[in-house]
Parts: sequence; structure tokens; C-alpha cells
Amino acid sequence: MSLVELDSGKIRAEFPALSREIRPGVPLVYLDTTATSQKPLRVLEAMERYYRWHNANVHRGIHTLAEEATAEFEGARTKIAEFIGAQDSREVIFTRNATEAINLVAKTWGSSNLKEGDRIVVSEMEHHSNLVPWQMLSAEQGLEINVLPVTEQGELDLREWERLLNKEPKIVCFTHMSNVLGTLNPVAEMCAQARDAGAVSVVDGAQSAPHLPVDVRAIGADFFAFSGHKMCGPTGGGVLWGRAKLLNEMPPFLGGGDMIKRVQMTGFEPNEIPYKFEAGTPSICEAIGLGAAVEYLESVGMESIWKHEQELISYALEGLGEINGITVYGPEAHKRGGVASFTLEGVHPHDIAQVLDRDGVAVRAGHHCAMPLHTKLNVVATARASFYLYNTQDEVDLLVEGIGRVRDMFR
Amino acid sequence: MDDMYREFILDHYKNPRHHGELDPADISYQDDNPLCGDVIRIDLRVDKDNRIIESAFSGQGCAISQASASMLMEEIQGKSLDEIKEFSREDILQMLGIELGPVRLKCAMLSLKVLKVGAYGVQDWVDDE
Ligand SMILES: Cc1ncc(COP(=O)(O)O)c(C=O)c1O
Repeated sequence: MSLVELDSGKIRAEFPALSREIRPGVPLVYLDTTATSQKPLRVLEAMERYYRWHNANVHRGIHTLAEEATAEFEGARTKIAEFIGAQDSREVIFTRNATEAINLVAKTWGSSNLKEGDRIVVSEMEHHSNLVPWQMLSAEQGLEINVLPVTEQGELDLREWERLLNKEPKIVCFTHMSNVLGTLNPVAEMCAQARDAGAVSVVDGAQSAPHLPVDVRAIGADFFAFSGHKMCGPTGGGVLWGRAKLLNEMPPFLGGGDMIKRVQMTGFEPNEIPYKFEAGTPSICEAIGLGAAVEYLESVGMESIWKHEQELISYALEGLGEINGITVYGPEAHKRGGVASFTLEGVHPHDIAQVLDRDGVAVRAGHHCAMPLHTKLNVVATARASFYLYNTQDEVDLLVEGIGRVRDMFR
Repeated sequence: MDDMYREFILDHYKNPRHHGELDPADISYQDDNPLCGDVIRIDLRVDKDNRIIESAFSGQGCAISQASASMLMEEIQGKSLDEIKEFSREDILQMLGIELGPVRLKCAMLSLKVLKVGAYGVQDWVDDE
């Protein structure tokens, strides 16, 4: 595929929210995509088209609308499967978000394959969604959680990783890309090593699937979870990808309609995958929206998006690095995605975010659902700017100038 | 929003009054707001009539939480614990003289919460957001 420079004017015109002003004369500079992305017109239109024109419940419908809705819904599944390199679209399970996807694995694979004393490896840079479900499972089943630490450079400690694998964990859980440090982890190597050690791997792809080309087979994970709303899709539509073999062996998640093949008063027979894990009426419109989102991202090109973000983060790290009193966390630009978390001496991150908002610059402040990582960094909170295909170098300049003003105000 | 960082709030943040710890103290209490990482500890010395003769706060957090603690310390000087019981969220907002959204309101109220819980126990604190 050829790498094309992104046409930022054309891209920005696709996102209605990006043209709004925060106050008269102060345009929005949206640097909070890591929390959720803005939505392009074609996603909004696909969702509206479904509700206006095709709206019906999916599966088992004989009438025209039901057939159309089912075709759109299953078409979205196929597009998403292709987008992440899945071999088979039945391996794509619709969930509400990455969090629900990971909980699904913990509740089904976890509770049927783990027993007291078994080990789970979880990295120290995880979002709470790839930590708390394992803590809950551990409390229920008496498992042992082994922490894979983060180094001073903000990367996973790969020597410790090998040591932990030698203790024969049953399952290992880590993120593809950190939502705080931006660190891109060597997931393919790690999944291969985990497999050799006999462990199942769960990769949190919430920050990778939106930003770089993802091929779940090349990564070699057993499970891969992500959220549609961080990749131009609507909230309420997420995905768990899992290997068909594992999914087939797992017990169902929630019980109800759609997830059964046959029911008697005394019991039921579960449905085939993926339906076995999709009890009840799914988020039809959200799945269709996510299908439109991946189509949009592919039309721009994931390689081009990644390259654009690499340029932005290099540029941003340079600019931020020149601000007096700033600490930027995480590795060098070429080892990370478009996320920069930072603190400013003598200024609480909330105050940074609040003052920047006055200039229309939207950044997030807090622990970003990664409290253990912040404990490791020895800060209670950070401010975080994150970039996507629609951000520009001019916006990075506005961020850097804005932080300069924050510093002057608190001097 | 421009109001939020008025000069006198920044001044209380940069030059906090009654800042530090009292040892010994008659009443000490600390609490935090894990969402933002604001921490406030308040130490009080009271006389035999339960009047505050000395107060100090310590901790860390955003300008709003720290400035509000600093102002509160000035405000309670010489007051009785019973009078403190009457302190409300409106008093704090009036003291700060700004309007706050729900997130920052929590920051502003932390010191009052610490003060009241310290002086009266948890049951007296109603989180009236
Ligand atoms: C790395 C990572 N994992 C998981 C999540 C959870 O996503 P959601 O809240 O959509 O389930 C996030 C969202 O911030 C994230 O950044």
C-alpha cells in the first residue's frame, strides 16, 4: 500500500465536531482521542440510515427490514474481521466496549480453566479494565497475580517477563499500547513466548486498533479486545476477538435470547460462536456504526494514519520538552504512539486542563484509569494530550503555547 | 471560567495561610479525593470552650482545593466547633467567589469535608453534590 500524506483539510471536514468553537472565536483543539475519538459524518450517516430506513431486530426475521438489518449487522462483523486480520468473522464477538470484552474472557475462559494457586501475569501499565477483572477473578478463585513491571524508560521489563514466564502462568494480560505512556509493546514476541510457556494471552488493543495496522494472527494473541468509540465509531460497540478453538470450548457469558440453540424447561444448549456470547438484542446500530468507522479508517489507510501520528508525537515531544518545569512520561517517539502525558512543576494537572480549556484545547487530567501506573511514576495525576488522524502540527503549537501560559500564570 | 484563577485564589495557592502541621493537636484528620489525587490534612487546637485557637492544613492538590483550604483556615480562626458545624457548601463558594462545575466542586469541598469529619465524625458529613 502506498503511504499518502494525510490531507488534513479534507479529513477535518469529515468531523462536524471539529469545526465548533468553545467560545466565540476560540476553535476546538481536540486532544483527547485516547478517551474517545470524534466521529466522522459517514459513521453518523450510517447510523441514521439504519434507524430511519432499515430498523428491525436482527436474526430469525423473515420480513424485509429484518433481513436488511441482519445483513448490515453481519456485514459490519465481516468488515471488522477483515480490518483486524481475523481468519473467520465468527471470531469477532460484539461487546459494549473493551472492558466488557476482557470481562467476558475472565468470566468464561477464566472461570472454566483456572483453579486455586494458578498464576496470572498482568502488566503494571494496564488500564483498570485489564486489571480489575483479573483481580476479581483472583479473589473468587484464589489465583496469584504476578505483576510485570514497567521500567524507568516506560517500557515493559522484558527480563522480568522471562522470569515470570518460567513460573508457568496460565494466562498473561497486557496492553498493545499504553493509554498513558503511549508505549508500543512488543506484543508479537510476547504472545509467541507466552504460547511456548503454555499461557493464554489477552491483548488489550483499545489504543492500538484505532491507530495502527493490526493483524491479530500476526500478533499471535489468543484474545484481543478493543472499543469502537476510540476509533471513530459510536460508544456502546466494542469487540472481543478470540481464537475459534478457544471460543468454542468456553462456556457462554450472559444467558438469554440469541445465545441458545435450543431450550427446555430444564436446561439449554448453547448456540454456535459468535452468538453464544451475544445474549439478547445486540447494539445493532453501534455495530453498524463501527463497521462504517473501520471502512472510513481503511479508506484513509492505517499505515498513513500511524505515520501521521508518529510525526505529530515527534513534533510534540520536541515542543513539550522545551517547556520549563515539564516532565513528559514514556519512551522516545519511535517507541510510542500519539499520546503524551506530562506534569508541570507546581501546577496540578486539573489546573493545566482547566486553563488550556480556556484556549479551546481539550486535554484530560487525572489517573486515566491507570492508578497503579501513576503510583509507579510517583505522581497522583498527569495531564494527557493525544492525537489522531485529524490533528495537526498547528494544534500541537497551540498546546505548547497554552502550557507556556499555564506555567506563567502559576509562576 | 476566567474567574476561576483570580488573583486572590492564585495567591492563596502560591502562599497558603496556616500551612503546615500542629504537633500536638487536639483534632487531626486527613482525607483524599482519589479521582484527582487531592489530599488534605487539617490539625486543630481548641480551648476548653471548644474554640479554635490554632489551625493548620497540609497536603497537595489543585489550586482550587488548596486555596479553599487556606481560606477556610482563616475563616475558622476563633470560631467554636459548633459554629463550624453550620459551615455549608454555600459558605465555601461564597468564600471562593467563583462558580464551579461538578468536578471542581469536589476539589473545593474537600477541606470542608476533612474539617467536619475531623471535628464530628463521618456520620455528620453529607456529600451534597
Ligand atoms: C488501553 C485501554 N484499555 C481499555 C480501555 C477501556 O475502554 P472502554 O472504557 O471503552 O471499555 C481504555 C480506555 O480508555 C484504554 O485506553
